[in-house]
Amino acid sequence: MPETAATPLLPQRFADWFASRGWQPHRHQLDVLSAREDTLLIAPTGGGKTLAGFLPSLVDLAEGYEGLHTLYVSPLKALSKDIARNLRAPVDEIGLELRIEDRTGDTSATQRRRQRVDPPQILLTTPESLALMLSYPEAPKIFAGVKRVVLDEIHALAESKRGDQLMLGVARLRSLSPGLTVTGLSATVEAPQALADFMGGARVIMADPGPPPDIEMLPTERPAPWAGGGGRHAARDVMAAIEDARLSLVFLNTRAQAELFFQALWEVNDNALPIGLHHGSLSREARHKVEEAMARGELRAVVCTGSLDLGLDWGDVDLVLQVGAPKNVKRLVQRIGRANHRYDEPSRARIVPANRFEIVECAAALEAVRENDLDGGGRRWRGPLDVLCQHILLTACAGPFETDALYAEALRAGPYANLPRADFDACLEFCATGGYALRAYDRWQRLLQRDGKWQLRDPRATRDLRMNIGTITETEKLKVRRKSRRGGTPLGEVEEGFASSLTPGDTFLIGGQVVRYEGLREMIVEVTNAATREPKIAVFSGLKMATSLELSQRVQRLIATPEDWDQLPPDTREWLALQCEISTLPAPGTLTCETFLRGGRAFFCLYGFAGRNAHQTLALLLTHRMEQAGLGPLGFVATDYALLIWSIDPVEDPAPLLSVEGLREGLRDWLESNAVMKRAFRSIATIAGLIQRNLPGQRKSGKQATFSSDILYDTLRRYDPDHLLLRITREEASRGLVDFERIEEMLAQGKRIVHIRAPHVTPLAAPLLLEHGQVGIRGGTGEARLMEEEAQAMMREAGLE
Amino acid sequence: MREITFAEQRLIAQPSGALYWPGEDALIVADLHLGKSERMARRGGALLPPFESLDTVIRLEAEVLRLRPSRLISLGDAFDDDAAAGEIAPEIAGRLTRIAAQTELLWIAGNHDPIGLGQTVEETQIGPLTLRHIADTGPDLSGHYHPKATIARRSHRAFLVGRDHLILPAFGTYTGGLDCDGPELSSLVGAGIAVLTGPGMPVRPIGQSALRQSR
Repeated sequence: MPETAATPLLPQRFADWFASRGWQPHRHQLDVLSAREDTLLIAPTGGGKTLAGFLPSLVDLAEGYEGLHTLYVSPLKALSKDIARNLRAPVDEIGLELRIEDRTGDTSATQRRRQRVDPPQILLTTPESLALMLSYPEAPKIFAGVKRVVLDEIHALAESKRGDQLMLGVARLRSLSPGLTVTGLSATVEAPQALADFMGGARVIMADPGPPPDIEMLPTERPAPWAGGGGRHAARDVMAAIEDARLSLVFLNTRAQAELFFQALWEVNDNALPIGLHHGSLSREARHKVEEAMARGELRAVVCTGSLDLGLDWGDVDLVLQVGAPKNVKRLVQRIGRANHRYDEPSRARIVPANRFEIVECAAALEAVRENDLDGGGRRWRGPLDVLCQHILLTACAGPFETDALYAEALRAGPYANLPRADFDACLEFCATGGYALRAYDRWQRLLQRDGKWQLRDPRATRDLRMNIGTITETEKLKVRRKSRRGGTPLGEVEEGFASSLTPGDTFLIGGQVVRYEGLREMIVEVTNAATREPKIAVFSGLKMATSLELSQRVQRLIATPEDWDQLPPDTREWLALQCEISTLPAPGTLTCETFLRGGRAFFCLYGFAGRNAHQTLALLLTHRMEQAGLGPLGFVATDYALLIWSIDPVEDPAPLLSVEGLREGLRDWLESNAVMKRAFRSIATIAGLIQRNLPGQRKSGKQATFSSDILYDTLRRYDPDHLLLRITREEASRGLVDFERIEEMLAQGKRIVHIRAPHVTPLAAPLLLEHGQVGIRGGTGEARLMEEEAQAMMREAGLE
Repeated sequence: MREITFAEQRLIAQPSGALYWPGEDALIVADLHLGKSERMARRGGALLPPFESLDTVIRLEAEVLRLRPSRLISLGDAFDDDAAAGEIAPEIAGRLTRIAAQTELLWIAGNHDPIGLGQTVEETQIGPLTLRHIADTGPDLSGHYHPKATIARRSHRAFLVGRDHLILPAFGTYTGGLDCDGPELSSLVGAGIAVLTGPGMPVRPIGQSALRQSR
């Protein structure tokens, strides 16, 4: 047993505990312990990162402490549960007397009330729950004695508005407890200093990255299909890999894919190995069952999605299987880290591409990992103002505030460090009066100034504001329950759009089982067991992930260079050869387009390999031209490699479509009324508190409860085009797009236009047809013709015409 | 524009959601809900863009100027509530006065009390049709439900035409909608057609379960 010496900072009983485990404290763990300032620890998964974050707290708490001492914030509820469990062991073994509790959306009301009166020494929470706690009048009392804040997986939080909200919350905590020390924990990132700035400044501590990972493509017996994301062809090969490992994590990119793959694995699980399923659409109960079983070491594999992506530390994972393309290299490396429970051993990962395009993508990704070429990525822009609006309103829920003090506090949050006073004032004005050109609400302001302090005019507003907390505004979800007189078993959640597409009798997959849709009752999807094993509706939509521009370009190089194809399996080489035969390989320096007909629609596909944002912008420009040309564009989808537009009439000659001449003319209205803008506005208006989130139960009546955010958007555009929320919308939507200059450059480089009229869908275009994130063209001639066609069909069917 | 025959009357549905009755030279609208954003604000809720009343009366005035009807009939819920009717903004009142100078106004009381220029009645009988706020014994023209209909996954406000009832879409700018395929409206209207507002005004059947999968 190695000796661990107590240091002045590490008390003897801690040193003894390390020794009893046969461990040495890692260098970076001691660095975090000795730091007096805020720190950002960058360490691979398995490097004892969490313990490093908590060590200073535990050492401090060994002396005893009354009240809340350490606040731990992570992006996932599951992570809080996991940390609570993993921290228990050292705390008990060292013999510390302290309470560790979690507080998330899943925490019971009784427990929450008790936590507000008598908080534990260590509280584990999420950014949204923290924002909620800070909105209570008792917040100053609860948080006054907080000494440390640990922000876990901060690289993930920093990529979204949840991170901005969190940093505003931390700034608030610093005001309530001036002596606070903050520690950020992050997986490997390419720009640690940017992340430290995001925290409002912190000393960066880099842990030893460990040995390079052992990562390869998993050879499969059957060739991958042309398109599709399921990976079911590889079920037997994956099963064999699971049998050879102790504990495997099988990652899929979407929840629906995880469901299908889990089912496929069961069908070939001849040795009946215990395999679990874990994803965010499953009910809390179902997720906990899998988490507990995994912690007890009862499982051999877990099929999962991003819900297990972040630093969960369970059991002896020794193999990570990634089914489907990893989309970006950074994510791949972080996932590989999951198999790295032993820090000094290389982690083992196998990629299972789901279709032939993904085989090419995986080959390119592997090359990037070998060259240690992490994608540039993540986002770093200045703190969004809709999040600030929500923060101001929630601050008002806690009690009256002074303008100057709140502004000064916001500046202490990293993302808002350079917030102009004018922007802050505009946000405050929006919260108080709506900020409209027409000052209509003088009598009904939301916030009023009394004795120099701002407060809510109507205290009843706190309820609505608290219900609206958070910055995640993805599609509304509906709960799925097994139909029964006594409530029924909760099975999980589906997106509202999916639920509304169901007709009683339809069957779909959830929780690894096929169920039959019976009906919707009080916003709950009721289902019964289905007698079939093949669901009628196989897919419910999942999250869309972006591939990095770097990876896109690698993919193009590989496709266009047949002499490098030897790193691809034979069937993939044949597939590319077939593309060559039916169409062509999109070579660098060309604008390669394909047109084909399918299902009564005309398709136009352009291979730009310029990244999703550039393709999205280009698609907006091209659909505008197609509308002007009377082709009736109906929608488009942009990926990192290509864009696909469908219309009523076909593009006969792409040359005028792609000409730089007059590209921008008459675009303004087209751009401002497109679905990308409207989507952004909906999310921004919800975050800023203009429209209320739809909550189950409130919608029972159906009528008048929901405001169409599109109508609000159109009204604002017409009567108040400079309104704050429109400003935020334009700024944000423009980030999903690129400058027109870049598009003009792309088209003007004298690239040769290659146009192939394909007899049908081509091998390269096939995956695009299944892509998520399709943008419909609304209000155009195509839509009107489409609706007329459909209406006539319905009338004929009803015998009315 | 779409011509509708209902109870042997020739009626013309406008893309705006108004209904023109050539035989009576009457323009009919439902559910203007003037003052809606202010009512939300008064209750401490969100401060919605306060332009919807203006937008509603501008669109209404445009219809009146275009069709020059001798009568304009509002089928109730012209104002969002009593207080909204009492606190009508000068600009809105001015436009309503201008409309009143163009045409005779008839206000049918809805479940939110209106005040207004012109005459106010509970319901009225014109030819074979009763005009009221909420559908009752047909044949009648009514509003109240804010019907919407979906074709090819696109949802628009819609006129619902059954054997006994013709239900108008809401004319007010900020008005939610009730799906015509939901149980409430499909049992009320029965088999018939929906005429969608907006460009093209497509027509589809309603109240026939066989059509469910076509939506």
